[in-house]
Amino acid sequence: MKSRFILIAAAAVLSAAAFGNAPSFGAAAPQGDPAKGEANFKRVGCYQCHGYQGQGGREGPRIAAPVPLAFPALNAFVRTTSGDMPPFTEKVLSNQELADIYAYLQSIPAPPDHKTIPLLAQ
Amino acid sequence: MARKTGRTGVDRRKFLTGVAATGAATAAAATGAVKTAAAQGAAPAAARPSTAAAQRELATNAVHAPGTTPGTPGSDFMVDVLKSLDIDYVFSNPASSARGIHESIINYGGNKKPEFITCMHEESAVAMTHGYFKVAGKPAAALCHGTVGLQHAAMALYNAWCDRAASIIMVGNRMDAVGRQPGVPTIHAVQDPGLLVRDFTKWDDNPQSLQHFAESMVRAYKVTMTPPYEPVLMTLEEKLQEEAIEELQRGKPLVIPKLNRVSPPAGDPNAVREAAKLLAMADNPVIVADRVGRTPAGVKHLVELAETLNCPVVDNLGRMNMPNQHHLCQVGGAALIAQADVILGLELTDLWGTVNSMDDSVAMETAYRPKAGAKIINISMADVYIRANFQDFMRYQQVDLSIGADAEATLPMLTEYVKQAIPNDRKAMIAERGEKAKKAHAGARERTLQAAAGNAWNATPISAARLSAEIWQHIKNENWALVSRDSSLSNWPHRLWDFREHHQFIGGPGGAGIGYGLPAAVGAAFAHRDNGRRLAINIQNDGDSMYAPGALWTAVHHSIPLLTIMWNNRAYHQEIMHVQRLANWRQRGVENAHIGTTIWDPYVDYAKLAQSMGMTGYGPITDPKDLSAAIKRGIDAVKAGEPVLIDVVTQPR
Repeated sequence: MKSRFILIAAAAVLSAAAFGNAPSFGAAAPQGDPAKGEANFKRVGCYQCHGYQGQGGREGPRIAAPVPLAFPALNAFVRTTSGDMPPFTEKVLSNQELADIYAYLQSIPAPPDHKTIPLLAQ
Repeated sequence: MARKTGRTGVDRRKFLTGVAATGAATAAAATGAVKTAAAQGAAPAAARPSTAAAQRELATNAVHAPGTTPGTPGSDFMVDVLKSLDIDYVFSNPASSARGIHESIINYGGNKKPEFITCMHEESAVAMTHGYFKVAGKPAAALCHGTVGLQHAAMALYNAWCDRAASIIMVGNRMDAVGRQPGVPTIHAVQDPGLLVRDFTKWDDNPQSLQHFAESMVRAYKVTMTPPYEPVLMTLEEKLQEEAIEELQRGKPLVIPKLNRVSPPAGDPNAVREAAKLLAMADNPVIVADRVGRTPAGVKHLVELAETLNCPVVDNLGRMNMPNQHHLCQVGGAALIAQADVILGLELTDLWGTVNSMDDSVAMETAYRPKAGAKIINISMADVYIRANFQDFMRYQQVDLSIGADAEATLPMLTEYVKQAIPNDRKAMIAERGEKAKKAHAGARERTLQAAAGNAWNATPISAARLSAEIWQHIKNENWALVSRDSSLSNWPHRLWDFREHHQFIGGPGGAGIGYGLPAAVGAAFAHRDNGRRLAINIQNDGDSMYAPGALWTAVHHSIPLLTIMWNNRAYHQEIMHVQRLANWRQRGVENAHIGTTIWDPYVDYAKLAQSMGMTGYGPITDPKDLSAAIKRGIDAVKAGEPVLIDVVTQPR
């Protein structure tokens, strides 16, 4: 699922560049506020498919710890996806709000090694 | 109600003459020699009540009191028929149109085999038969009104239909307008009860005599238990229930026919041999299984075939098909299907959906998954038995070889033919394929455990992986069984637990009709209690539970051990995602997607809901550190014989 996500995102970036419809951001992610991002992550329903901590689930891939895409690719995907995930255009999710979400996802710490968790040390 | 005037007694001579005419070789209730047709050879623990015994009683008390029923009620004979079929339970929300057989079950029949199980909704009653069947391997009966009750029951019937589950639905009805009261009894009467659900029942009948009832009920059992298993419906005419056998039969004998079992059809040997050749010569075969595990034998046969080919099995989890920790078992396998050169589908709900994908996007884009030249073999009863109207037969998919047969019955032949078809020069390659699968499985297990650690392990709300792991540590050394599906938990139980036995998993509702989960779990728990007091675990979707929470009361009332762990994500999340999707397509934002889709304001306190019905309830639990102690307490209580509910506030999936 993750590989499909990345492939679609990459395709979206290429497609946008080819048709002169480039994403709004350059290579670097704009400054984001993780706290606001967490609130936006819940408000616009990202958690429905990806879980409250971006851990992923049946409906959506893992998108945190680590974040699988650089910001430009994530931005392009979110704005232009035409698959199972609906597109979040700037009309419904501003650039700053998306940057905040990205900052939130980046702030989620890496999970522990499963061998350190007794229930999973099998 | 039988209405008789001017009759002061019973024509015993005619009745007994009728009994004497019964053939000795048949199982006749009226002879008092009711045999258990469904399980012949098993001696009853005690003499069973019978219409003949009642008749003997009647013979010493020939003159009946005014206002009482003269003779032996027809519904007593109906109970004899149910006993002959070894029906253990009648799940029912009581109905006046079924009062005759209700009274006969609890008094004449001693309320044992069948036992009358009090349900709070007809949909729950039928769902209980559904869950019960998938564990017990034999049908239970549901009993309700032929109109209002059957309409309530209809969704559960559709689930059972889609899920290939045996169930006998009995509905009361009085057709004779002259003999029924005005008002509700007439509003609740119907010309053709079966019409309501005929599109999704395999067979129904409306018997017009007791002998007709006996023959049709035995046929109903035979039909529902012939693969593909499907529900059947029997109308119990009130007149037949309530009038005296003597009046109805007028000396004619009553005979309960012997039940004949139908052996399910195995595939045509020539076609199966062709399938075997394709599989034996394939470089990357894959098996996709949905409801192969019709019985425990299905699991055994599927493992044998997979190990013969060292071929991965994609388990769609319609039943317990394959031990999930087997190195050849995969849950989810689109990539395997894309890589395969031969794809074998076994009792698939949706063959088209297995080999194609379709986005839920504006474009609804589809893609055919298999690579060019890949061969598709399908073995299924779906090609043998199909109905119109409801679209559960799914989209048409062309294949290379279609074998209309029961997969479980066909697998031994297929495996044998595969063994014969594998040339010597391919045996090393197939063995190497197995070794690769074992290594890949070990790596996948490691990745699964790490994924669990990364699944919001310490988060509040509690994650699917954490809850699944916490439950597993407490049940892994027990005689356990999961009586719910686990798709809402992103299949974490199937990723972490070790399912080995057929009874440890029963699939889902089939028709995806919400409201199945809780009552089906209770029905399944009846069967687990009766089969070695297995520890039944129900991971229960909160939204589903609110359709008919009265199923909790049934579990308490009948002392059914069952641990229900509420997967309380406080919303219909699938529906939120749909509304979200539409709102984004239309660029209106998703801020309002919670309207109509969430279970907030107020939150439901499921522990208190359970407690209100006399069930032990814990929670709501929001901190994962509190899970272990609560689960242990719950299991201890369930092992002592009571149902328990633990409310756990969770992530969406």
